[in-house]
Amino acid sequence: MLKLPIYLDHNATTPMDPRVLEAMLPYFVENFGNAASRNHSFGWQAEEAVDYAREQIAQLIGADPKEIIFTSGATEGNNLGIKGVYEMYASKGNHIITCTTEHKAVLDTCKHLEKLGAEVTYLEVQPDGLIDLKQLEAAMKPTTILVAIMYANNEIGVIQPVKEIGAIAKKHGALFFTDAVQAVGKIPVDVIADGIDIMSFTAHKMYGPKGVGALYVRRKNPRVKVTAQIDGGGHERGMRSGTLNVPGIVGFGKAAEIARTDMAGDTERISKLRDKLENALKVIDETYVNGNPAHRLPHVSNISFKYVEGEGLLMGFNKDIALSSGSACTSASLEPSYVLKALGLGDDLAHSSLRFGLGRYTTEEQIDFTIKAVTDTVLKLREMSPLWEMFKEGIDIDAIQWAHH
Amino acid sequence: MAYSDKVIDHYSNPKNVGTLDKASKSVGTGLVGAPECGDVMRLQIEVDEATGLITDAKFKTFGCGSAIASSSLATEWLKGKTIDEAVKIDNMDLVEELNLPPVKIHCSVLAEDAIKAAINDFRVKNGLAELVFEQSHV
Repeated sequence: MLKLPIYLDHNATTPMDPRVLEAMLPYFVENFGNAASRNHSFGWQAEEAVDYAREQIAQLIGADPKEIIFTSGATEGNNLGIKGVYEMYASKGNHIITCTTEHKAVLDTCKHLEKLGAEVTYLEVQPDGLIDLKQLEAAMKPTTILVAIMYANNEIGVIQPVKEIGAIAKKHGALFFTDAVQAVGKIPVDVIADGIDIMSFTAHKMYGPKGVGALYVRRKNPRVKVTAQIDGGGHERGMRSGTLNVPGIVGFGKAAEIARTDMAGDTERISKLRDKLENALKVIDETYVNGNPAHRLPHVSNISFKYVEGEGLLMGFNKDIALSSGSACTSASLEPSYVLKALGLGDDLAHSSLRFGLGRYTTEEQIDFTIKAVTDTVLKLREMSPLWEMFKEGIDIDAIQWAHH
Repeated sequence: MAYSDKVIDHYSNPKNVGTLDKASKSVGTGLVGAPECGDVMRLQIEVDEATGLITDAKFKTFGCGSAIASSSLATEWLKGKTIDEAVKIDNMDLVEELNLPPVKIHCSVLAEDAIKAAINDFRVKNGLAELVFEQSHV
């Protein structure tokens, strides 16, 4: 039996894997110690659990356990990674390169630093969502201290050429930071092979608990340091003070271990379902898949259904299917997705987009239900859409002088 | 955001979706909004020459559920009214009836604008001067 509602918003967050919950449970009531308590068994037990999780997480990304700094999540990791480098390497330069499709946690951090005197270059992306490596190369300066480009995009799933970006940064003596929150646990990420110096990621995007994340900070070739943004007891090699969230970290470790062992199987199964969904929806007229289809996360599909509005579309099935839209109507700003606009999509296509994010527990039955529900609603709303009628009559909608509100 | 039952009802069973002959002298058409803003509303009225009553009203809307509901409700209210009565439909009446939250008030404004645009289109076609309206409540 198909159980409703169906969850297809795995880029926002993922459900916790029951195996993760099981690993966490002893660390709430029974083993509640503070990992920084060095003088008794409660503390030792907690520290041991944290160390084990650090190993599990390091293994997933090809790092040394000592290079893992625990944080509250990727927003904190992005702040610490970027602001921490800006402060630590101030004597070397003040120039940061990022791109326009980054998450707000990166963009707003860069904007904050601009107010403090940083010079930031925001690279445009190509229509497929990838940055142009030549533009990156051209943007590098003697004062460039950091290149901050995401591993994979949260709205369209496009995977940036991380290895090449890392090489360019290294060649010019800059550090390479990547927000890998959507990639880690979903696709193979190897900080050595990818040439990453600093990387933020989080547990809740990979079937772990919310409120715990990590910042990878390279210790060798080069040895990287970031200035702490939270002062206190000097935890996490002095880079992030604050009592460790032991149960969360234990869960994060378990989630990382499962991601590593199950990745190949999950990817094969989920990408097949994603392709089935995408191919079935592409059959509808005037439907466009956003982002480079070859360099893309296996579980994401972002599709614009021209001449219907995204929020109106979601309303047709949102009691049964949970997914998200690039439409502005869902926000107070009335501006559609800046990521889709950065690809060069018109506002009308940006308003018409849906993001499908599949996950570990997505079934074929759920995908079949979704295909039917989305198709039926698109067709129904087009019958109700004056733009669709004009399009069918051959009227050039772009040539109309619309009165803007 | 949770929708009111009335918005959901109009969205699921919209009243008066369709197209009237915009070339006809007895039909007034209002097309308002813009695709870039995520809302386009087309509202049409058919007026009986002898009685001056609005005998039919149709809409098509590109937009969110609240925009669809606002236009659907507007067509229901228009039918059977005279032009003079129709002019008095206020966007805040739509807001109240549909229980629209503040971020969706612009949907009701659009519906009021569509009504007025349709009325003026009808007036111009019939040799009458366009009415000048005050700004509606945004």
